Amino acid sequence: MLLDWLYVAVFAVVGIIMAALPLAVVWLLAPRADYPQKRLTYESGVVPFGQAWAQFNIRYYLFALVFVLFEVEVIYLFPWAVVFREFINRQLGGFVFVEALLFIIILGMGLIYAWRKGALEWV
Amino acid sequence: MNWFLEIIKAVLAALAVFTFLAVVGAMLGVYLERKISGWIQSRLGPKHVGPQGLLQTIADTVKLLQKENIVPSNADAITFNVAPLMAVVAALLAWIIIPFGPAFGRVLVVRDINIGLLFFIGMASLIVIAILLGGWSSNNKYALLGGFRSASQMISYEIPLALAVLVPVMMAGTLSTVGIVEAQRGGWWGIGNWFIFGLPGNRGLIVPGFLAFVVFLTAATAEVNRVPFDLPEADSELVAGYFSEYTGMRFALFQLGEYAEAFAMAALTSVLFLGGWHGPGLPGIVWFFIKMFALVFFLIWVRWTYPRLRLDQLLNLSWKGLVPLGFVLVLVTGWLLV
Repeated sequence: MLLDWLYVAVFAVVGIIMAALPLAVVWLLAPRADYPQKRLTYESGVVPFGQAWAQFNIRYYLFALVFVLFEVEVIYLFPWAVVFREFINRQLGGFVFVEALLFIIILGMGLIYAWRKGALEWV
Repeated sequence: MNWFLEIIKAVLAALAVFTFLAVVGAMLGVYLERKISGWIQSRLGPKHVGPQGLLQTIADTVKLLQKENIVPSNADAITFNVAPLMAVVAALLAWIIIPFGPAFGRVLVVRDINIGLLFFIGMASLIVIAILLGGWSSNNKYALLGGFRSASQMISYEIPLALAVLVPVMMAGTLSTVGIVEAQRGGWWGIGNWFIFGLPGNRGLIVPGFLAFVVFLTAATAEVNRVPFDLPEADSELVAGYFSEYTGMRFALFQLGEYAEAFAMAALTSVLFLGGWHGPGLPGIVWFFIKMFALVFFLIWVRWTYPRLRLDQLLNLSWKGLVPLGFVLVLVTGWLLV
């Protein structure tokens, strides 16, 4: 159990090192001919106009809010899905199914509300 | 337990998986993409470097190693440099739970984590953060738009992805990938018990099983930013999207992360719905690779078959199509199981 996460940690560390290794090779091999114009960001050939870090569309925020709601719902469904078969074997399947049904219906109404209010429209 | 020995084993496993991803995922993946694209478009594709152009990607890598590393002067340098590493690490971590098949009396898998599928979904969404960081820190308008598109696309398709995963999880009653494949053992020719065909003795499940497969494949295509969901890097509108400003090797790292992720999604699709390493006749590992490459071929095939979606079509397809369908599939599966 704990060993699994040791592997995950080791994989993360080895991954960073192995991915950084070619960058070290680049640092040794690649030519350096730096001048200010080269470090401009690309904007179809003209000198970049202002910063890119500007205000962005509020709709991204709305979708992010709806996402948080439903992603959390799905995460709550995961443990339910894992033990579902066990409850069926104990003759409690119907009861557990109705519980999940109610949970999904309540949040489904949330989805319908967001849909009707136009939170899911892009334009 | 000998911790030192375990760390050594973990390092070796990590190196093996990384090499596997670099060779099969990136090198062979890019080669296949170019060769199959050429074939679909009635041209030859790479053919000069090595036999049938097999060494083309190695030549490209050597070229990229000699390219100058440019960090735009008004970019956020630290974030800009960290983002490609993060994409690679997330893809590498996702491969921990992929089982290759039986070998040497055990199942060939790095770790059979008991919450494996949840872990995989988490790692798949970590790539979004890498892409968003890369797009934002470049301080380039195209890259920023690519990053934003990627964020809104991936958060939309993560929910159908997770819902489609729930269907096989409910059939097998476990989140471990090895457990899910074992639950699909046997049946007619070793094919009959695949979850895409429902469960033996409960063939009504073929309907949610097959639809969940379709939803998963669609959402997975969107998660790995492939056509028709390649808006984050739409080359005809956004230059190269979130990696417009990346040069040389860091661009290659993003590519490596993306191909590793695409192969991981293909492997997971076969684990969840197509019986993993089970099949008639051939050894398990051979079947695993046949299924994985068949799904990768399918991804490339789709690329040259469908045009790119518009952003509003993309969001509608997920929120008004796949998300409600996913919830219905979970409920129907539950209903049929009870």
